[in-house]
Amino acid sequence: MIDKVTSLDRALKKVKNGQIVMTGGFGVPGTPFCLIKGVLDKGVCDLTLIKNEANEAGLGISLLIEAGRVKKLITSHLGLNARVIEMMNESLIDVEFFPQGILAEKIRAGGAGLLGIITDIGIDTILCRDRQAAHVHGRQGLIEPSLRSDIALIHASRADRAGNLIYEKSARNFNPLMAMAGDLVIAEAETIVETGQIPPDEVHTPGAFVDHVVLIETLMPEYGVLKHHVH
Amino acid sequence: MSIDPKSDPKRKIAMRAAKEIKPGQVINLGIGIPTLIPEFLGKDMSLTIHSENGIIGAGKSSGPARADRNLIDAGGTYITTVLGAAFCDSSVSFALVRGGRLDLAFLGALEISEKGDLANWIIPGKFAPGIGGGMELAQKAKRLVITTTHATKNASAKILKKCTLPLTASACVDMIITELAVIKVSRNGLVLKEISEETDLETVIGLTEAPLIISDDLTRF
Repeated sequence: MIDKVTSLDRALKKVKNGQIVMTGGFGVPGTPFCLIKGVLDKGVCDLTLIKNEANEAGLGISLLIEAGRVKKLITSHLGLNARVIEMMNESLIDVEFFPQGILAEKIRAGGAGLLGIITDIGIDTILCRDRQAAHVHGRQGLIEPSLRSDIALIHASRADRAGNLIYEKSARNFNPLMAMAGDLVIAEAETIVETGQIPPDEVHTPGAFVDHVVLIETLMPEYGVLKHHVH
Repeated sequence: MSIDPKSDPKRKIAMRAAKEIKPGQVINLGIGIPTLIPEFLGKDMSLTIHSENGIIGAGKSSGPARADRNLIDAGGTYITTVLGAAFCDSSVSFALVRGGRLDLAFLGALEISEKGDLANWIIPGKFAPGIGGGMELAQKAKRLVITTTHATKNASAKILKKCTLPLTASACVDMIITELAVIKVSRNGLVLKEISEETDLETVIGLTEAPLIISDDLTRF
């Protein structure tokens, strides 16, 4: 029987300086805090991170950025993280922004083995400056090269030993896309069940995309509700 | 109900904006003023609220008792879902937007031009939090309504002949709703359709740089 369940240390063994690391999550939901803490504890640096946003100051990937471990961040929006915006303005980190759905689609394309996508999003904006134009269906578009990473860090609600994953509610976001786009895909899971316990129809990410599954031993406070967002 | 635009401009705008929503529509509420719109919708209004982080059928804020650590909207607020809601990944979420299934989006603005160009994502050197979902919403929603205060805090016009800031999208705006006016973007230019009860034409024109075509059936709101 395939068994992809392993320890945090073993799962992160191949994480090295200078790598490109994708991280799931949109705010707290879906952010793999346990794996991120593992990367932080490992001490690797010069990372290029790809994530929708940078969490909030003092939380998730913001810890890696604040610790100076990240040279570049590829993202969509940093509106909730003034500290990282400050670091960007002080040139302490290089930040590249993409429209949110285009970032998702670049990652999906990377996972799907495509070289890129062609889109008309941003066509009349400053995004045109550094993008190659393309003409399809008699219309002008921009080429957006696909994105892949050395490592993808994924948060799942449930996994089985074969690596099949289920996400919960708004914690799905970028996770299933990134789970296809990493050369090494590491998923943390809140619950791990025996293979066969997740009905095939209910699998969100097939285990064949996943290399390692790590059990979150205890849900750290980071996974909880952020009181300042309760209204 | 009448709201004083001076004391509560944002709710004045949200109240008027709510009237643009038709039953059964799929809509997206941008951050800021648009999030106040649901307060002014009829209780029985059936509509589908899309949230960029993968919720189709978003409901009200959760409040402390029902806050679920896995359920936030794109602005980070803990929310609920409505009956018939669906969750999806970020790719599917924006397929809905770009693919033409989003009937109506409400966004804020820094500048709007008389051609309906929108600038709302960057002030180079001053404000650059990123693009987020705004570009796709602006460019691809079937109808885009801008909800914004009429002028800046220093009383400089936001509704201009031409935008000076980098654009979010060109010729994308269908309607502008401010605390003072409702303006329709047409091929001939900006048509002033309504002004608020508490203002007058001179004030509105004085705070607008772009020329306004005064509608024959100008009404008050």
